[in-house]
Amino acid sequence: MNRVPKELKYTASHEWAIADDLDKNIVIVGITDFAQEQLGELVYVELPEVGDKVAAGDEVCVLESVKAASDVFSPLSGKIVAINEDLEDSPGLVNTHPYHDGWLYKIEMQDPVEYDELLDAEGYQDVLAEQEEDD
Amino acid sequence: MKRTPLFNQHNAQNAILMNFADWEMPLHYGSQLVEHNHVRTVAGMFDVSHMGIIDVKGPASKKFLSMMLANDINTLHEPGRALYSCMLQENGGIIDDLIAYYIGENYYRLVVNASCTEKDFKWLNRHAKEYNLELVLRKDLAMIAVQGPLAIDNAASALGAVLSKSIRSLERFGCIEIGTWFIARTGYTGEDGIEIILPAIQAEECWQNLLKHGVQPVGLGARDTLRLEAGYNLYGHDMDESVSPLEANLAWSVAFEPESRHFIGRKALHEQLKVGVQKKLISVALQDKGVLRAGQKIFSNDKEVGVVTSGTFSPLLHLAIGFARVATPVNSDYFVEIRNKKFPLIVVKGPFVKHGKPNIGIKSEGKA
Repeated sequence: MNRVPKELKYTASHEWAIADDLDKNIVIVGITDFAQEQLGELVYVELPEVGDKVAAGDEVCVLESVKAASDVFSPLSGKIVAINEDLEDSPGLVNTHPYHDGWLYKIEMQDPVEYDELLDAEGYQDVLAEQEEDD
Repeated sequence: MKRTPLFNQHNAQNAILMNFADWEMPLHYGSQLVEHNHVRTVAGMFDVSHMGIIDVKGPASKKFLSMMLANDINTLHEPGRALYSCMLQENGGIIDDLIAYYIGENYYRLVVNASCTEKDFKWLNRHAKEYNLELVLRKDLAMIAVQGPLAIDNAASALGAVLSKSIRSLERFGCIEIGTWFIARTGYTGEDGIEIILPAIQAEECWQNLLKHGVQPVGLGARDTLRLEAGYNLYGHDMDESVSPLEANLAWSVAFEPESRHFIGRKALHEQLKVGVQKKLISVALQDKGVLRAGQKIFSNDKEVGVVTSGTFSPLLHLAIGFARVATPVNSDYFVEIRNKKFPLIVVKGPFVKHGKPNIGIKSEGKA
């Protein structure tokens, strides 16, 4: 069973997001436990650059696993303010700690309404349940 | 999907299963990267029972294989030796690549790719008519490859005194039949090791004995990254019936001498050499971060000149490696297109990894 922490927000494309405690306009983004398991062991993570402006739904990272490459879509519009540089040498952190050390980037969001409209844990569980039915 | 005699062992080891050529096979048992490294540093075992085993028996078997294989079976002067070869169509296209084992007087064994077994068996039978041979597809056997620097030691301790002596006495590319078992010092990883062919009903016990002696199960995921590092082609990816051995970096495996030996495809290969080989398979590495994948386009001087046929991220070298088929003449100035951007490639001679050590002069920028 894949972990879906209660305190996070989610997308149907298996990203998670959470507002930073110190500055509520800064949101940390990563991929879910389900996503990392589907991808398999990561060998390379292509992150955006700090300062990049992105729109919600944009392809913003590429995750390369032992199997294949896949895109990460930004849950939010805004400006990239930080990236997880540890992933350059240790892409496997996304597999081992998808909700903590394996975070991808921080974004200064343009529109807090977008954040509010993301799925909550329960909504994301439903997405996973549908996914399983399809399999 | 078909299952091998070791299917229950894979489940017991929590394997993630995949479909490979209509066989339900282990992709990995938890971590493909750990399994890869284990083969490079200790010893791993692969269930390769899905591969086709075809026995060729009869007084004319040498004459028959001399015609069927592009490499020269006559170079195996006595039983106990193995030979890598392609089997070709008349037009030079590769039907399959295989290892031919000379087991005994008038007795050879071919180990072929799982995806080609039925096709190969039909092809062989079609040409065997006037040779009065016995051709048997051995579905009653299992096959386990034990590979790694400690493969010989660990397998020798696991398999008992009689087999142990035989295993230790085998030279590289040597083979021996012991009762219903067959052991060869061959493999597909670039490491030392053996391949064991044994009755299907004994496979599980053998697997468990190896497990008890430090040999870890390894899935087909790591098998692919290991063979790529070792510079071995994979049938269906780096070669198929549309290319000849000369276009697949396998010219070394074609025996043109002696000229008197006829083999299927020889005429077409001579023709190719006469007009010039149009495409070649080269080994490449990516200096930048990223991963090479089959299907990526290759450019030279802004012109599309080829395609990546196999690509991966090398767990040992910490950089992307692969094979690419490019138009001749081959130069050293290639770029690969990844997500609409072009990255320079390094052309590599020989295998990327040899006996567990890097074999190319490229320093990865990432920390090893």
